Amino acid sequence: MSRSAYVIRRILLIIPTMLAIYTLTFFLIHATPGGPWSNQDKPMPKAVLDRLNAAYGLDDPLWKQYINYLVNVLHGDFGPSYASRSRTVSDIIADTFPVSLQLGLVAMVIALIVGLTLGTIGAVKHNTLADYVSSFLSIVGISTPSYVVASLLVLILASWLGLVPTNGWDGIFSTKIIIPALALSFFPAAILARYTRASLLDVLGSDYVRTARAKGVQERWVIIRHALRNALLPVVTVGGVVFADIITGSFFVEVISGVPGMGRYFVTSISSRDYPVVLGTVLLFGFVITVMNLIVDLIYPLLDPRIAR
Amino acid sequence: MATSALAGDSASDVVMGRRADEIEGLWKAAFRRLRKNKLAVISLWFIVFLVIVAIVGPYLLPYSYSEQNYDLVTQGPSWAHPMGTDQLGRDVLTRLVFGARVSLTVGIVVQLVIVIIGVPLGAIAGYFGGWPDNIIMRVVDVLYALPNLLFVIVIMTFLRGQLALGEENTGWLAALARIDTKTGGLIGVYIGLGCIGWLTVARIVRAGAMSLKQQEFIEASRSAGATDRRVLMRHILPNTMAPVVVASTLGIPSAILYEAGISFIGLGVIPPMPSWGLMISEAIPNMRAHPYMLIFPAMALSLTVLAFNFLGDGLRDALDPRMKR
Repeated sequence: MSRSAYVIRRILLIIPTMLAIYTLTFFLIHATPGGPWSNQDKPMPKAVLDRLNAAYGLDDPLWKQYINYLVNVLHGDFGPSYASRSRTVSDIIADTFPVSLQLGLVAMVIALIVGLTLGTIGAVKHNTLADYVSSFLSIVGISTPSYVVASLLVLILASWLGLVPTNGWDGIFSTKIIIPALALSFFPAAILARYTRASLLDVLGSDYVRTARAKGVQERWVIIRHALRNALLPVVTVGGVVFADIITGSFFVEVISGVPGMGRYFVTSISSRDYPVVLGTVLLFGFVITVMNLIVDLIYPLLDPRIAR
Repeated sequence: MATSALAGDSASDVVMGRRADEIEGLWKAAFRRLRKNKLAVISLWFIVFLVIVAIVGPYLLPYSYSEQNYDLVTQGPSWAHPMGTDQLGRDVLTRLVFGARVSLTVGIVVQLVIVIIGVPLGAIAGYFGGWPDNIIMRVVDVLYALPNLLFVIVIMTFLRGQLALGEENTGWLAALARIDTKTGGLIGVYIGLGCIGWLTVARIVRAGAMSLKQQEFIEASRSAGATDRRVLMRHILPNTMAPVVVASTLGIPSAILYEAGISFIGLGVIPPMPSWGLMISEAIPNMRAHPYMLIFPAMALSLTVLAFNFLGDGLRDALDPRMKR
């Protein structure tokens, strides 16, 4: 298969994947008991419920709702939000996704710098104190959930030391971003460090690295030019997934540091059965992940000509 | 550290290619290597300690996890309450011990569900190839692209709704509903996490089965008249167990973290049953005045997860000496 045919095939494969994600989410969320208007303390009169259901097309048979929403989405209309009735899902995503995206980008940059540095130190100074410290830090990183990191950062940096504001969002150039960005980057940094270390160790034992050393290349350049280049291949794979994950927002970090991002809406929309918001955010999330995977697969041959197809 | 009885074997032999009747040697050698790994051994003892505390602890403590005492609200650590009391005057240590039960159960039950779903599907996909492989792998692809949290929450809410029908439940549903109340409403979490977690295990077993079926001893077994079923049970599955054990051990901490996260949101364990995640989220509004309420459950959660991660890493190095240099 030629390269361009492969690329086209991969891009076309996004369509059935997205359709499957939509179908699965649609029926799962509709199968969940309760509806957008259920209220245990003050149940609405049946007449009102019927009117509401009719107004939002919720009295149609399920298959018809399934088709209708799909057709609307294909026309770029993700529907109204049942919870905040003056806004559409597109409005909500347009408001919250850029915030999550900016925060995620900053966190990703931190994670890349910290993760690659820690991982490289671990591999190059293998079995020394530096290696043990870096391995220990990265395993602590994957063992500490973001809400613990975020709340400890608020407690230490904001409450005790008073260095930064406790919460809020004011763009990426404000000190308010420090706590959420650090908290969000903690886990990705640790994952990247672990993958970098393992993969670099693997490469450093290979013949071509020995050749490079034998011909008198300085150790620093052996690592940067020869080893890291190949070692980064598996790191790119994880990096793609991690990146897709953090730019779509984290409920925990957003709630604790008061960032108006997408993660919060997503979780509350599930609890309140806000079907269009659930579907809209899941489709966006699925799309970001699928596209990230595609990008990773497409840049692979550029990094490693051996697997060019 | 890598020198051992098995040094000299190529790595794939050690992990996957060994004959089923030699597997005993593999596990013994691995255990010997594991014992030399100090962090893994300390972690193993910590986990044993935690399991004992979770089992007998509740019988030794004078308080119950739901007993509220409004005279003693948000008291700092003292002799009567070594970790203080929370915003409703409940003993934090007692709740921490019950939280250990919740966390350990989630970790282990979820891994069981994952192995029950993932191992057969992975083995079928890898061994038979063709259309079964295609279908299973497409399902894996789609599930990978779904946000885990959504999937778990939806399955959980769905199951909870089904179980909450109460007296109308009959037969096995009623039994399940009883277990659900006993575990603080976590059946949905077990099944939800299991349904999303089998992907990795299925992939590992599939890769193992694919490489194994090319090898001579499988061919020999088949030409001697062994059925597919026998080859799978006798040769393929035992030989893919080592990476599955590692993946399951490393899956325990992630299941624990997921449950804590879902309970943090308020969708997991049903109060008053404590969960470390729920305790952390209840502590956050009070953390400036009463940091101990946050620090104890946060430490319990992180240390437990850390111990399982160290043990999992240690097992991986022990079962695959190639990785340890």
